Amino acid sequence: MAEVDIKNMTLNFGPQHPAAHGVLRLIMELDGEVIERCDPHIGLLHRGTEKLIEYKTYQQALPYFDRLDYVAPMAMEHAYVLAIEKLLGLAVPERGQAVRVLFSEITRLLNHLLNVVSQGMDVGAMTPALWGYEEREKLMEFYEGVSGARMHANYFRVGGVHQDMPAGMAEKMGTYIDGFHHFLDDMETLLTENRIFKQRNVDISVISAEEAMDWGFTGVMLRCTGLPWDLRKSQPYDGYEKYDFDIPVGKNGDCYDRYLCRVEEMRQSCRIIKQVLETMPDGPVISADHKVAPPARAEMKQSMEALINHFKLYTEGFKVPAGETYTAIEAPKGEFGVYLVADGTNMPYRCKIRSPGYVHLAAMNHLCKGHLLADSVAVIGSLDIVFGEIDR
Amino acid sequence: MADDGALQELGQHIGAVLADQVIATTVELEELVVTARADQIIKVLTFLRDDPLCLFKILVDVCGADYPERPKRFDVVYNLLSLVHNQRVRIKVEADDIAPIPSVTGVYNSANWFEREAWDMYGIMFAGHPDLRRILTDYGFEGHPLRKDFPLTGFVEVRYDDERKRVVYDPVKLPQEFRKFDFLSPWEGAAAVPIDVLPGDEKAEGQEPN
Repeated sequence: MAEVDIKNMTLNFGPQHPAAHGVLRLIMELDGEVIERCDPHIGLLHRGTEKLIEYKTYQQALPYFDRLDYVAPMAMEHAYVLAIEKLLGLAVPERGQAVRVLFSEITRLLNHLLNVVSQGMDVGAMTPALWGYEEREKLMEFYEGVSGARMHANYFRVGGVHQDMPAGMAEKMGTYIDGFHHFLDDMETLLTENRIFKQRNVDISVISAEEAMDWGFTGVMLRCTGLPWDLRKSQPYDGYEKYDFDIPVGKNGDCYDRYLCRVEEMRQSCRIIKQVLETMPDGPVISADHKVAPPARAEMKQSMEALINHFKLYTEGFKVPAGETYTAIEAPKGEFGVYLVADGTNMPYRCKIRSPGYVHLAAMNHLCKGHLLADSVAVIGSLDIVFGEIDR
Repeated sequence: MADDGALQELGQHIGAVLADQVIATTVELEELVVTARADQIIKVLTFLRDDPLCLFKILVDVCGADYPERPKRFDVVYNLLSLVHNQRVRIKVEADDIAPIPSVTGVYNSANWFEREAWDMYGIMFAGHPDLRRILTDYGFEGHPLRKDFPLTGFVEVRYDDERKRVVYDPVKLPQEFRKFDFLSPWEGAAAVPIDVLPGDEKAEGQEPN
């Protein structure tokens, strides 16, 4: 019998595919069903955020950060305001810090809720996704309560947050968080020991700690390999050192461990939220330096100086002394950093956004090689990618 | 997080060992900045990754920055993170749009996409990069959008042409000319008090007081 020459098949996946979590296009070279090479094409959602920021004042640039990782908006804002505060040398009042931590952790819940259930959906479990969206909706009500918007909050400010939480919100939040672990338990009964879920995720795209560091992984992607690295512990910001929480780590570095880490991180976030609510100090939520932070509206109506400050801030904005900083936070997806170069004017000279998803997706070829085509979907699900932050 | 003293010490250590490769080490805003020679960047990063006092195992970020008034207009900025010592360091090298600088993909795998992005956004060339394609911009895009001389509005706009049944590229047509507002107005009080002149104050010069 004559030898048959079998060629590898090249398959185009996306850019419109429900399992691609956005506009991801993968060019995959397949040997039968085994992935030989996987080349992600990104940039289909590129909006030129970094360029736009160079043409905006510091305050006007803030809403762009909501639109990067639109699953976890306030975490992005957090990195940006911390970078500016570092350049300005500005101190944030204690209550402002506590409110920020509170909403950063709610953001973490929002993010992990979406990711964990959509990872389930990627491998065939529909119910958790429906349950998870309901809980997300309830958490977004807290977003709405403080900022008026469910997602693109634009709530953090240089020097604190825009407004204090409305009366009664802390109690509501406490009640909700108390009941949240029931939801987590329910959701875990659907996924954690589920036979299909485990078959699809255990031992898929295993990565070692050394490899993970070489590929620049951070966040859950690094912790699933067993390294207890969390910026909230190692380089704390905004008073994270005051709160008691654990860093869950994985053992095998596979998709299943990433899922387990995220679920446990949600429980730890609940712990932090409870502690913040218990120890919430009184006082202002935003700095009293009116060269940077706007005066209260009532004051603005009465005081001439406050009116001038208000006018200058909302036309010219504030000036940031020349300098540069790389400031990073532990965003739900990993280390989110802002490399900010200021030239002494009211607009950033350069603002590079270091998004965790970009780095994790860059390792897609490495993670997928040798796996089956169907596993690529599980890998994308466990990477926790959102195209707003990858394409910027 | 490391304090200034530890960073100073680390900077001196790096400066002493890599005397031929490093131009300067400074500590600014509690961050260690190392200025290095562009052609030696592989050696610098390999040392920082493997030296027991450094162990910067994670390359967190590589990005470009454009300073058109300089003879070598670009900065390439590498941000490194050491988990063992809980420290960060920033390496800066200068580049221009003609001479390539060595790619560090052989030292850190994560440099691959970052260098592609720097090429795409600024046109900085990386010699020895395995796959230096554009990454974020459109297929067939021309120019490097983050350069300071690239207009914010770009040069082309896309639309779907119903007659030709395909997407077409047209030159950008703005219904209203692009306006960049200059809000840097002089604070009149600034000249009276002995502080540095604020940006925008120079515009008050030569004006008749009214």
